[in-house]
Amino acid sequence: MQEAMIKRAKELLTDGSVKRVIGWKRGEFAYDITPAVFESAEELDKDFVFDDFTSANVSKYLVKESKKEGKVLVFLKPCDTYSLNQLTKEHRVDRDNIYVIGIPGGPKLDIEKIKAKGITGILSVKNDNYTLKIETLYGEETMPFSEAILDKCASCKSKKHVTYDELIGEDGDVLDSDRFDMVEKLENMTAQERYDFWREQLSKCIRCNACRNVCPACTCEKCVFDNPNSGVENKAASDSFEENMFHIIRAFHVAGRCTDCGECSRVCPQNIPLHLLNRKFIKDINSLYGEYQAGADTTSRAPLTDYTADDCEASIVHERGAE
Amino acid sequence: MLKISLSRLEELFAAIAEKQTLYIPSDRADGAAEFTKWEPGKALTQKLNTLRSAKDFFFPQTENIVDFKMEGKNIQVIDQRSEHEDFVIFGVRPCDARSFTILDKVFLSEPVDSFYKNRRDHGTVVTMACSRPAETCFCGTFGIDATEPEGDAACWSDGEDLFIKANNDKGQAFVDSISSLLEEGDTAKLDQVKAKTKEILSRLPLANLSTATFGGDTLNEHFNSEKWAELSESCLGCGTCTFVCPTCQCYDIKDFNTGNGIKRFRCWDSCMYSDFTKMAHGNPRTSQLERFRQRFMHKLVYFPANNNGEFGCVGCGRCLSKCPISMNIVKVMKALEVK
Amino acid sequence: MNNDTLIPHVGVVTDIRIDTPDVKTFRVVSPEGGKVFEHMPGQCAMLSTPGVGEAMFSITSSPTNKEFMEFSIKKCGCLTEWLHAMEVGQQITIRGPYGNAFPVDTELKGKDLLFIAGGIGLAPLRSVINYVRDKRSDYGQVQIVYGSRSKDDLVDYKEIIDEWMADPGVEVDLTIDNPQEGWDGHVGFVPNYVKELKPSTNKTVLVCGPPIMIKFTLAGLKELGFTETQVYTTMELRMKCGVGKCGRCNIGNKYVCKDGPVFRFDQLDALPDEY
Repeated sequence: MQEAMIKRAKELLTDGSVKRVIGWKRGEFAYDITPAVFESAEELDKDFVFDDFTSANVSKYLVKESKKEGKVLVFLKPCDTYSLNQLTKEHRVDRDNIYVIGIPGGPKLDIEKIKAKGITGILSVKNDNYTLKIETLYGEETMPFSEAILDKCASCKSKKHVTYDELIGEDGDVLDSDRFDMVEKLENMTAQERYDFWREQLSKCIRCNACRNVCPACTCEKCVFDNPNSGVENKAASDSFEENMFHIIRAFHVAGRCTDCGECSRVCPQNIPLHLLNRKFIKDINSLYGEYQAGADTTSRAPLTDYTADDCEASIVHERGAE
Repeated sequence: MLKISLSRLEELFAAIAEKQTLYIPSDRADGAAEFTKWEPGKALTQKLNTLRSAKDFFFPQTENIVDFKMEGKNIQVIDQRSEHEDFVIFGVRPCDARSFTILDKVFLSEPVDSFYKNRRDHGTVVTMACSRPAETCFCGTFGIDATEPEGDAACWSDGEDLFIKANNDKGQAFVDSISSLLEEGDTAKLDQVKAKTKEILSRLPLANLSTATFGGDTLNEHFNSEKWAELSESCLGCGTCTFVCPTCQCYDIKDFNTGNGIKRFRCWDSCMYSDFTKMAHGNPRTSQLERFRQRFMHKLVYFPANNNGEFGCVGCGRCLSKCPISMNIVKVMKALEVK
Repeated sequence: MNNDTLIPHVGVVTDIRIDTPDVKTFRVVSPEGGKVFEHMPGQCAMLSTPGVGEAMFSITSSPTNKEFMEFSIKKCGCLTEWLHAMEVGQQITIRGPYGNAFPVDTELKGKDLLFIAGGIGLAPLRSVINYVRDKRSDYGQVQIVYGSRSKDDLVDYKEIIDEWMADPGVEVDLTIDNPQEGWDGHVGFVPNYVKELKPSTNKTVLVCGPPIMIKFTLAGLKELGFTETQVYTTMELRMKCGVGKCGRCNIGNKYVCKDGPVFRFDQLDALPDEY
């Protein structure tokens, strides 16, 4: 697959159809992949990589890259294509300047899960028929592939590419995923249990802003959290509840636009399951305003900016909140 | 060397905690290690290092500087400082221990930062040597020996016993305070462990990373390198690296209106943030490239220039594992090394 | 516990003078009377109104003024807007002195001095000018070239006319950018005026003003034969701690709040081209 991608990218660069390629660049170790822009065949041959660790959603870089002169080629996994559609719908990218090649999705691996098993000194990770063979400084280790899958891949919602100009590999279907299971579990807790759960999780937050900066739905040029006049601009907690407000406010801001790509939780250095907040919003929007998947297309109106006669009465929402 | 059996760690911690507040690196519910206040039953983590660095103890993320009360045209300055309590931080790794030396150079230079000094004077740093370094470690590049940690007192484990030695007066006072639990021990097994660790350190993927092309007088060479564009291209400007880094020390001073007066506090800031250098008439660093470059130039060139060649990095590897897009100081150093 | 420089003193504003439509000069003393602290020309202080903000301002009065300190402040942001709306008797917090000073007791002693200022850039230089005037015998000739957008934008106009121009040991050359009714002095940008005046190259130059003015003035001085080691300026960057720790004003291996704000141009050349 990596070879096919490099080959196709080189073709499109050479014939002038595209001027640059967004993809993933090899790092120092097996798993530290950096999103990068490639501008020549040599660069692609040298550093381009596509493997079990290329989990980063590169669609957000298109906000900048699609505005440059010349087309940009981007390789998008199925989940990433939803983000691109959403960005297109919000006019944050110049879709005409982007050439999308849809590529197979995950499941991708989470190095933290491998390390959590106590495996350290990792030199290489190979997938041998769904058993991971990990070479380390302390000898060889193995573990089942299924135990190292990224959380977001474990509850994958769709293998369908919702936008592409060309495909490498097969297209898939929208899946019946269990992504709302944990959300339901939280809903079934008592208010106190749920409060304790979130206070514990969110108290780990260090306000690094990685979640906000990686989120494709967060493209405001002047974020409310960077605006001293907003009243919520604070680089550190003046009281610990403030950090929790950051996440609640951000969840509201992306509600209805979040495509559930899972990047926020993947990048959080403190492993806070932020995606659960966003999924709760998606679940509620589905039940209050009808099933809606952000990014599934570029024309439908988002439920929070549209009114239909079938929308639930506002009073119902108010009552539920008071529970 | 003095030692105590590892099976008696709980007893040791209890004895320390009787006299001072004790902090140890311990596992959280989600598996990550972090420094927490010791309580009976809390166990020392088996992980190599904590997620957040130990700089929090001396340079906390948020710290009150002074309070003000405003009445009409008058301002009252209320100094809320008080002597910090004595505390012990146990289990600090060699990389984090070195970071304190670096932070000292900033905060204890004239004019002395009393907030930092207060905490530093009352804290006893007890370090723990490493025996299972990770692939992301490169403390050796900065002259740190993971088998001989600094700190007020240093500890080693040979799998059975915990060995402890004082490095200075403060450390000696600490060792004396628990001497009733310690006994003299033979270090033969420990020497073997150290030798094995040194061997692994030499085989680390980053063992050959060198600072030869960096230093105080390499400014022009690196500042104008064309590599910065490529390196900073995917940087999100999120600041995660700054916050997990044991040596990053930039801070902001802000005022908070409590409704009952103003609290002036300082909090961590990041030179990677877009508003860091913004002022009333402009911003010298408007692009992420410039901000990205500033962070690494500071660590590899400017800091050594002002501090006798000491680099602003300790090779702990946290930025390698926590950056959302896997950029880190190693990639920067390797890219800039190549002419 | 010992004093910490981050914990400020309280100062009270005893006089407010309107200099130009956007510049006011504030006189600050300690509530008990007298100056809050001593300083040398070119140094700055952090002024703040708790809850509004804190910023670095150069002390425009000379240290030889034994009674009070003065700050000439241009209204251009949150804090300065608040300061401009102040009334006499208002207390503010003040801490300092920060930064290095102009080398008035070393390199500048005995020299002929040329001060070039534009707009509010006169404020830091004024501290040196009045210091030199008060210790006249220690210095050579004094020439001041000062320009602004218009006559109404000249700061300290009264002092310039009544004291500096009346001082026999001081040559004052004023200019404004464009012709204006009621002005029969020189018209033209400061850098061009300096070239016209052709000052002698044995003078030591102190220049301060908007970045673009400094750039062209320096170019003009070089054309006239001045070298960078003869020209001093004072820089401005966003500063928070004032003591070279928080990192905000770090450029190259220098901290503008501690190693500056006064720099000689050859020192600035050694810094990275970020400013």
